[in-house]
Amino acid sequence: MSLDITPTLTATEEARRQVEICNACRYCEGYCAVFPAAFAERSFSDGDITQLASLCHNCRGCYYACQYTEPHEFALNLPAALAEVRVESWARFAWPGAFARLFQTHGVALAAALVLGTALIFAAIRMLGTGAGDGFYAYLSHSAMVAIFAPAFLFPLLALAIGTRRYWHEVGGAAVTLADLRAALVDAGRMRNLSGGAADGCNYEKGDRYSVARKHAHNAVVWGFLLCFAATSSGTILHYVLDMPAPYPFFSLPKLLGVPGGILLTLGAAGLAMLKLRADPALGAVAAWGGEMAFVILLGLTGLTGLALYAATGTGLVAPLLALHLGTVLAFFLTLPYSKMAHAAYRLAALTRDAQLKRRAG
Amino acid sequence: MTQVDAITWDVVVVGGGNAALCAAIEAAETGARVVMLEAAPKPYRGGNSRHTRNFRCMHEGPLSVLTGTYGEDEYFDDLIRVTKGKTDEDLARMTIRDSETCLPWMERHGVAFQPSLSGTLSLSRTNAFFLGGGKALVNAYYNTAEDLGVTVLYEAEVRHVTVTEGRFQGLDARIGGKDLRIEGRALVLASGGFQADIDWLADAWGPAARNFLIRGTPYNRGVVLRDMLDQGADSVGDPTQCHAVAIDGRSPKFDGGIVTRLDCVPFSVVVNRDGERFYDEGEDVWPKRYAIWGRLVAAQPEQVAYSVIDAKSLNLFMPSVFPPESADTIEGLAQKLGLPGNKLRETIDAFNAACRSGDFHPTELDGLATEGLTPPKTNWARPITEPPFYGYSLRPGVTFTYLGLKVDRTARVSAHGARLHNIWAAGEIMAGSILGEGYLAGFGMTIGTVFGRIAGQEAAAHVA
Repeated sequence: MSLDITPTLTATEEARRQVEICNACRYCEGYCAVFPAAFAERSFSDGDITQLASLCHNCRGCYYACQYTEPHEFALNLPAALAEVRVESWARFAWPGAFARLFQTHGVALAAALVLGTALIFAAIRMLGTGAGDGFYAYLSHSAMVAIFAPAFLFPLLALAIGTRRYWHEVGGAAVTLADLRAALVDAGRMRNLSGGAADGCNYEKGDRYSVARKHAHNAVVWGFLLCFAATSSGTILHYVLDMPAPYPFFSLPKLLGVPGGILLTLGAAGLAMLKLRADPALGAVAAWGGEMAFVILLGLTGLTGLALYAATGTGLVAPLLALHLGTVLAFFLTLPYSKMAHAAYRLAALTRDAQLKRRAG
Repeated sequence: MTQVDAITWDVVVVGGGNAALCAAIEAAETGARVVMLEAAPKPYRGGNSRHTRNFRCMHEGPLSVLTGTYGEDEYFDDLIRVTKGKTDEDLARMTIRDSETCLPWMERHGVAFQPSLSGTLSLSRTNAFFLGGGKALVNAYYNTAEDLGVTVLYEAEVRHVTVTEGRFQGLDARIGGKDLRIEGRALVLASGGFQADIDWLADAWGPAARNFLIRGTPYNRGVVLRDMLDQGADSVGDPTQCHAVAIDGRSPKFDGGIVTRLDCVPFSVVVNRDGERFYDEGEDVWPKRYAIWGRLVAAQPEQVAYSVIDAKSLNLFMPSVFPPESADTIEGLAQKLGLPGNKLRETIDAFNAACRSGDFHPTELDGLATEGLTPPKTNWARPITEPPFYGYSLRPGVTFTYLGLKVDRTARVSAHGARLHNIWAAGEIMAGSILGEGYLAGFGMTIGTVFGRIAGQEAAAHVA
């Protein structure tokens, strides 16, 4: 019988056991996209469970509403069950997979990556630093930076593309249309699945009380990250297209985008870290807690060190802060396909697939 | 926390479900000092409310998630139909009218609603569904009560209510393993029915009740109800009756809740332990027949029955929480279900031979009936021929009991025909005042909310 709870169930089997109970209940239909997607099915393949797991944003509304959580014998804890499947599946899809098993769950590994990245930049400044340019380029030449960061940016994109492709194959995704992609981006942009449906937000840091804190903190991180990315991109264009190399004054695109971006990113990450400390770890993937927390801190550090570097302009702190900031960014990008950051790709894929399935169902 | 037995409370609320919470919130909002005594431990707080899913609500136009209109007369007619006239019209109409103002009150006090669930579209006009179900509603109310300063005690079993000359003075309770005396100036009783006391159920219904499953909380043991009746409180409702529906026979003894529902009967052949049919499986659509089937199964040997379908019917109804037994032959299925194989074969063969051709429509009465079969199957009668064959066991699942305290329009309890000075009742413990028989989906929560609020307001006004 499917309700026998044996410790030998894999993460996918345990999630399937739970989703089948949910499918006979359906009380949580209005919380997020997971439930309508599940209730459209009568049986669940491994790929279906993977898709549901990546759709789940761990808002925990369903857990606190559930009449079948422990000590009830059905022992439902769907947010945790789906989180376990997510962690496992993202490790399975990652290329090369061993890195995901390392960085997704081990905060220490991420910290080590940060130290290594910083040390590498220090060494580069020592060995390659020319003093020939202005601003940061006085410490590390533009060509040296490009030599380090171009591959460090392109490799993770390639690795993530491979992982996403594997995901898409497992969940049986069809050819992507613009409409599917637009629907997914709108959902992600609004964090619809962290809004709790008709409820006012998540059941995260306040237990069974609703709160929009996590949604807001997450939005701050997303928009902060995108602004920082836009700042860097605008700098690249200024450099190569308009032949206007750094440093840039405050009233320039890189600064006007980068400063608010850095502030949003720093505050958002600090918020997410504090919320994570207050939330019940048993409603997530327990073993991945450390890796997730380290990732949030690393993300916040990219913003914070960038702001500190800007604030230190003209002081003797520029050299060490530049090494720390570039080291943080380097560690962030190189571990990106294997850290919690990969969730951005898998979730977008899941939302895209969900839009496809909804469109087909009419 | 203050010593709960060292002070005189303004309002003592016995119970921890929807009605108790509505009463506690209303009383606390007037500034009264309120204590709630919930028999269950915290994870199981909320009584049967934690298993509910919606609230039946009158409305003269679209209201929150509700579509169209649902007027007083239509609502009342729906009620009369299920209770077969066994209802107090005055109280029923008052409850119905009040329901319309309750829904916005619920939203103001933290309850979130969602559109009608998939598979329940027929209720989208009449019933407002709680987002996440009844436990989410219960959580919202506990948070509201906590914010208002209500003291909530869990694992607080009330043993005896002291009523002297028609006046409540205090009660004896075992709270967290200690015997305590709680003093108060007003009392609201909202501690549910007695369906979890199997001995009482067996006394009332007969020994067959020992084989019944209890769909809801194991904490509704009726201790306070019995204590009040022993002290001469006026009662309503048939003491021998309970509302029981046919559910999955493999469900837990208590607290199985909504998922134990089985909707396969209309598309199946149902036999008893001896492999014999005993009633028309296709008499009407399932929501109108599941309560009748609770009684039918209760009357069968060992209070068990088996519903058999074939492959072509498996996806016609909501998925079951336990997968069905399955086999490629009727005899193989009989063996898995523990039924006599020859007899089941004979019953299915006779049924199949009585089926005639015609159009099958799973969602409406299609008139596809058997010919020359006793008892007949009058709708959805398709031969059971396509393997694999599937079987589910059915048992009666008790939802609630009818016996309760008689109340008036102000939720006041009486004894020997005279109103008690300071005792009110709300929820399942007094629902028999309105529901004499049958059940209307979502009406239990309506009674609980309307009378819980009234009881809380009246009790608070009494001590003001």
